[in-house]
Amino acid sequence: MKRVYVNEKWCLGCHLCEYYCAFASVGEANGEQNKKDMARALKDIKINPKINIEENGGVSFAVSCRHCEEPLCVKSCITGALSVSDGVIAIDKEQCIGCYTCILICPYGAISTSEDGAVQKCELCVKTAAGTPACVKGCPNGAIVFEERG
Amino acid sequence: MAVNFLYPDYEVARNYDRCIACRVCERQCANEVHEYLADAGGTSAAGKMVCDDAKCVNCHRCVSLCPTRALKIVRSSNTYKENTNWNGKTINELYRQAGTGGVLLSSMGNPEDYPVYFDKILLNASQVTNPSIDPLREPMETKSFLGAKPQNIQRGHDGKIKNNLGPHLTLSMPVMFSAMSYGSISYNAHESLARAAEELGILYNTGEGGLHEDFYRYGKNTIVQVASGRFGVHPDYLNSGAAMEIKMGQGAKPGIGGHLPGAKIVGDISRTRMVPEGSDAISPAPHHDIYSIEDLRQLVYSLKEATDYKKPVIVKIAAVHNVAVIASGIARSGADIIAIDGFRGGTGAAPTRIRDHVGIPVELALAATDKRLRDEGIRDNVSIVVGGSIRSSADIVKAVALGADCVYIATAALLALGCHLCRSCHAGKCNWGIATQIPELVKRLNPEIGAGRLVNLLTAWQHEIKEMMGGMGINSIESLKGNRLMLRGVGLNEKELEILGIKHAGE
Repeated sequence: MKRVYVNEKWCLGCHLCEYYCAFASVGEANGEQNKKDMARALKDIKINPKINIEENGGVSFAVSCRHCEEPLCVKSCITGALSVSDGVIAIDKEQCIGCYTCILICPYGAISTSEDGAVQKCELCVKTAAGTPACVKGCPNGAIVFEERG
Repeated sequence: MAVNFLYPDYEVARNYDRCIACRVCERQCANEVHEYLADAGGTSAAGKMVCDDAKCVNCHRCVSLCPTRALKIVRSSNTYKENTNWNGKTINELYRQAGTGGVLLSSMGNPEDYPVYFDKILLNASQVTNPSIDPLREPMETKSFLGAKPQNIQRGHDGKIKNNLGPHLTLSMPVMFSAMSYGSISYNAHESLARAAEELGILYNTGEGGLHEDFYRYGKNTIVQVASGRFGVHPDYLNSGAAMEIKMGQGAKPGIGGHLPGAKIVGDISRTRMVPEGSDAISPAPHHDIYSIEDLRQLVYSLKEATDYKKPVIVKIAAVHNVAVIASGIARSGADIIAIDGFRGGTGAAPTRIRDHVGIPVELALAATDKRLRDEGIRDNVSIVVGGSIRSSADIVKAVALGADCVYIATAALLALGCHLCRSCHAGKCNWGIATQIPELVKRLNPEIGAGRLVNLLTAWQHEIKEMMGGMGINSIESLKGNRLMLRGVGLNEKELEILGIKHAGE
């Protein structure tokens, strides 16, 4: 299965992935108009992306969901809001009660809170745009890739 | 100094309606132009970006990476009283020198308003009486060979033709990446060039800084350079490449040497150059063992001896007055290839006055050299490679028709890698990861992407070369070589036409 992989060697810490991620999801939430223009969609707001840059000193890299084959988050979810479909770990926000067990248990820190109370996580852009995830498409240095690995 | 004579050349124009304060401009600017104010007042939760125009070098890194197209760089409209003699640039340079007492430094090629002869030459195309060729339907050859050509056919006792061809270079198209040293450009820039050269079946040139051991595997696509500083030159180095180049001069700065500051001689660069860490790497203006063609011959043969006479030797000179005579001497020195670098050629750093006022256009140097060598009957002794602002496939076709066997490109290659010709290489803070050794900046150039862009560029140029050749009814680049009947001048005077050896349009 194709997954998002991060190559720390080429990460510039520019944080653009976070903004493309936020654009991909805000566009979805705020209707057709915002889908077209990032300036309109993200103007004057504090973004809350599903991919996040970790940095310290000269080292930086993006962290997002690994879509583990044996996901601890799905195992830990008490309501069944997290599930695996076609390898992608998806969140059903209607079912999530915001207990945050998944946030605590995810070894990668890839799940975060969102404004609507439910948790949020990377779903490989399957709900937003078909094809390549927005962070991969937006990375200027090929540091985030979407590929099949053994 | 209390009085600031210099007003910033550029202004960063930010469209606040489009800026989302993502801070990519701030994070990507090594010159620290942009700044983020978390609490700028107002209703925005995102904060506000501000900037200091005075630090901007106009490299467009922020403009290119801004995800909302909120930025552009504009020329400052601040002006002195109009004066065509004492223009703003002249006045500013004078102020700068009066303030510092120093020699002005510049980077990349001569930007001044001298004639570009390539732009005054037009190509022919077939009509009615001779057929043009469609390169999409018929075979078209751009393969090029560099090196001395045999003077005659020799036969063995069995009557069969003996292979008396000397050491040669074979290229898929008449283009090579010209010399840029590891030190002047980054590891990743070198790797991009090397990988692209390998994929394209052409060659790149190490420049005078030696060859990093990681790149020995690209040897068959490498020209190793020996310059006046002899940095990083040892037997393994000479034998690692496909050809060796003796650099006598450089188009951007004919007559002077080079100086890589000690601050850049760190780690791998120190080891590759064989220069102690922190000490300046100074390339003398002349080779101290070369004061005549005979001396040059000694070095040519020293290099050949060191590599068992298996590799061609290139001698690179800057295009200067009497270039044809100098080339004639080189053709008799045992060199296999002459490289001529025109006055618009680039550099990582040169005194501004030298770059802008020394040397001659490569078009004239090439035409004069090709003619002189043919007149003397020694044209086949050498191949001619020209560089110094080859900007497009049309320039290549014109250069070949003027008599070049191949061209060198470097500025064009750097542009493909992201260079925006801000001409600040000498500052060492290249935001595109090309002309810098700062690790955080170097990693901005991913060789995977860089090599891909170089391959794209030259693949596109190769298609265009074939289209232009096809239009002229020529199906092999060899048939175009020195074919000046395919060229016509526009707006050139008699003398210029005579030197170029071409007719005026309409003739």
